[in-house]
Amino acid sequence: MPKTHITMKVNGSEVEGLAEPRTLLVHFLREQAQLTGTHIGCETSHCGACTIDIDGMSVKSCTMLAVQANGAEITTIEGMANADGTLSPLQEGFRMMHGLQCGFCTPGMIIRAHRLLKENPSPTEAEIRAGISGNICRCTGYQNIVKAIQYAAAKINGVEFQEAAE
Amino acid sequence: MIPGPFDYHRPASVGDAVKLLADLGDEARPLAGGHSLLPMMKLRLATPAHLIDLHGIAGLKGICRDGDRIVIGAMTTQAELLASAEIGERLPILHETALLIADPQVRYRGTLGGNVANGDPGNDMPALMLALDASYRLEGPNGAREVAAREFYQGAYFTALEPGEILTGISIPVPPAGHGYAYEKLKRKVGDYATAAAGVVLTMAGGKVASCVITLTNLHETPLLATDAANAVIGTTLDDAALKAAASAARAIMQPASDARGPAEYRIHVGGIMVMRALQRAASRAS
Repeated sequence: MPKTHITMKVNGSEVEGLAEPRTLLVHFLREQAQLTGTHIGCETSHCGACTIDIDGMSVKSCTMLAVQANGAEITTIEGMANADGTLSPLQEGFRMMHGLQCGFCTPGMIIRAHRLLKENPSPTEAEIRAGISGNICRCTGYQNIVKAIQYAAAKINGVEFQEAAE
Repeated sequence: MIPGPFDYHRPASVGDAVKLLADLGDEARPLAGGHSLLPMMKLRLATPAHLIDLHGIAGLKGICRDGDRIVIGAMTTQAELLASAEIGERLPILHETALLIADPQVRYRGTLGGNVANGDPGNDMPALMLALDASYRLEGPNGAREVAAREFYQGAYFTALEPGEILTGISIPVPPAGHGYAYEKLKRKVGDYATAAAGVVLTMAGGKVASCVITLTNLHETPLLATDAANAVIGTTLDDAALKAAASAARAIMQPASDARGPAEYRIHVGGIMVMRALQRAASRAS
């Protein structure tokens, strides 16, 4: 199949390359853009490990064609840190609250939580759980992921994070 | 896991898309949100030689009021339905149901048109469109036509769409103010298709059911309009006997498959319970 030349802005930088129509966006990001932070999990749009932020939406990049992202603006986990290289509130939250164990789901979790907090800066616990319902974690039991997102929300809103009593 | 090879087309108008479909024939499939088709292509359960991506057609998106109807472009996503104040106010059952579809990421991509046009018995929107008496706009080489949702579904993945036709819009009559509504869906986990689901739209007058529509998801090859079940509650106060009569009449038309979601007997059993719960919740919301 002939390849198509595509360009997209990923984490603020122009990325270009050739893609077959059947090339999935996640493969383009990992293999052409060399951004391997976005993980390939189930490959069937269930697990959320491949979640990226594209034009203001959280999308599972295993279920979108690279050619469909031509001209898009994308943020991956590599684009999450602050400009000076320090951890963003979400990254810091996952670190401080032990929001990961094996870490495989973490890039997708953080990218999804990023869009969730953009849309709803002060989510309730139930809203956080519903908001990350498309991301599967097989280690943590989600408890500390929820706390990590609450930590980040508090930090972004400039209020003190108070851990709920167990 | 990647799909087999295909040619990618991105027309800018419905006319161009229809022409491509007509020229390329059976080997071409329209691509909406892709969250049913792309996984099927990875598994080689679908092997189209051409994909016609509808994302380049600006006119296929949007929600607008047209008199006493709401018209929704086929490429409008579930997330856009959820964000719409018009839908929340006039068609709250559509908001409620969209929230039960898949998960947030899938809802950013998945479209109303794709959900209703695919003919998958597991999809939630078809039964809802039956409940709301929606109609679909189909555009093809011979022009456009409107088909009632209640006439559209013929079998699993078989619909009234003719070769070369694309479903371009959904037109829904606004239910009367004060109507009650509920979509009850039993599923094994977030993101799953229904083990059984029931949609209800009704009106109450003087404590009794004045009008009622009941529809069913994933309990047959097609979504079902449970007319006898609805007739069993009209004129009643929705007492226990009426609820049980409705569940029994609904169960009589269910023919679900036995699959990973349970044996047919179980799905019929819980299907009746979904009908009763939906009726009660709809009535509690009616004024």
